[in-house]
Amino acid sequence: MANNKPTDISKITEKSPWQELTLGNQIYGPATSKLFNTGEWRTSTPKIDWEKCRQCLLCVPVCPDSSIPVKDSKRLDFDYDHCKGCGICVKACPFGALVMEHHI
Amino acid sequence: MSIKERLSGNEAVAYAIKQINPDVMPAFPITPSTEIPQLVANYIANGQIDTEFIPVESEHSAMSAAIGASAAGARALTATSSCGMALMWELLYVAASNRLPIALALVNRALTGPININCDHSDSMGAKDAGWIQIYAENNQEVYDNFLQAFRISEHKDVMLPIMVCQDGFITSHALANIELVEDERVKAFVGEYQPENFLLNEQMPMAVGPYAVSNYYMESHRAQVEAMENAKQVILDVAAEFEKISGRKYGFFESYRLDDADYAVVIIGSAAGTTKDAVDELREEGIKAGLLKLRVFRPFPADEIAEALKGKKAVAILDRSETFSTQGGPLTSEVCAALYKRGVNVRAFSYIYGLGGRDYTVEDAKEVYYTVKKATESGEQLSEPVYIGLRSREDD
Ligand code: SF4
Ligand code: SF4
Repeated sequence: MANNKPTDISKITEKSPWQELTLGNQIYGPATSKLFNTGEWRTSTPKIDWEKCRQCLLCVPVCPDSSIPVKDSKRLDFDYDHCKGCGICVKACPFGALVMEHHI
Repeated sequence: MSIKERLSGNEAVAYAIKQINPDVMPAFPITPSTEIPQLVANYIANGQIDTEFIPVESEHSAMSAAIGASAAGARALTATSSCGMALMWELLYVAASNRLPIALALVNRALTGPININCDHSDSMGAKDAGWIQIYAENNQEVYDNFLQAFRISEHKDVMLPIMVCQDGFITSHALANIELVEDERVKAFVGEYQPENFLLNEQMPMAVGPYAVSNYYMESHRAQVEAMENAKQVILDVAAEFEKISGRKYGFFESYRLDDADYAVVIIGSAAGTTKDAVDELREEGIKAGLLKLRVFRPFPADEIAEALKGKKAVAILDRSETFSTQGGPLTSEVCAALYKRGVNVRAFSYIYGLGGRDYTVEDAKEVYYTVKKATESGEQLSEPVYIGLRSREDD
């Protein structure tokens, strides 16, 4: 019988007993990575200067973490829940609208 | 009615695969297991089965492709030996931790080096801690029967672990012997279809396979794998009981050969058990109460049952066909001794190494083991262990 129940990953935590993990740690259901805040791993943070941004959108496709949301053909502020701070977008921006803030 | 045939061990496994008609077989040739994928490829080319054969570029890829196929929902298997298995090493652990019931037809061959193509158990014994079920065979009939039971064990919902079906390179893989085959329809009914609860090709329920497990999850994941191994014990016995109904052949964790009333027992794995049985019979004629425990299932390790079977013996000789280089003998020795000690079974146990790289092991060698062990036990003499059977040494002069 095929399973039709998505994993409630809010119920699997660092306090879960071993009996409550899924088989092989598999996760069932679509787009569960949204619930995993990889932004916590960030040690440097990209910041945008809206004055300089021309909305050319060159930064959007280079982000490996899909952390630059676009709405109505315009980029929005970063999705800091998932941006890992790699700095690729900063390198890609031709108008100097992005800078990395380094926090130690 | 069963079918009487004459097949080599490789042919027997290939025939079992034909009867099972699995979904996907990625494989890369290596002596002495090459014939298995070769024969399966023939069956496919002749239109006898519709297994998807993937001619991969290495064993690392063979196991990777089997993992992908199995995660997708296919019944997947591969075959290999020796260094081929060594190249799969990384993926063996991945298959197990992802809980994928892949079958691996392993034809035991010595690991390089020095380079050698003959039988010993260093390949599978090296992988004993990878999380795979391991079942060994004495002869062609057993490897065929074990293969027919493999998916029933691995795919059981309480188990969901990969399984290695092992036989001795050349000794059984290439030697023709009489065999009784189970009829196709009976095999089909017995093995059934693989119906995974979760699989990547289920478009109704996308899934993530093999996520990163940080320190807070890794240990719990391993504990769950151990539980599945524990569950496998009952499943192995249940499947064997069902198999007996269609074949008339009986299987368990091990075979006890004239063991119950024996004073001196040998514990051994694989084809050398046949040789040892002849020795046991001859020794019984001489009035020596010899017996044999031939281990079939090494993973999970049936420690309780082994300790129970060896309880009360005057002495036990444990014969390993692979080295650990611990200076304490082979892996079977370590595990049997641990099983005895932990259960308070105080039997004197002697450690032997035999058959490395295809070194002969004869009935005379086997008899010598019993004579030596008996003498040492009666006199209280210490042996220099492990004892190497057939080793040339200056001390022999
Ligand atoms: S820093 Fe890296 S992860 Fe963050 S938005 Fe820029 S490209 Fe994406
Ligand atoms: S690349 Fe620079 S200018 Fe273009 S949209 Fe991104 S931030 Fe704005």
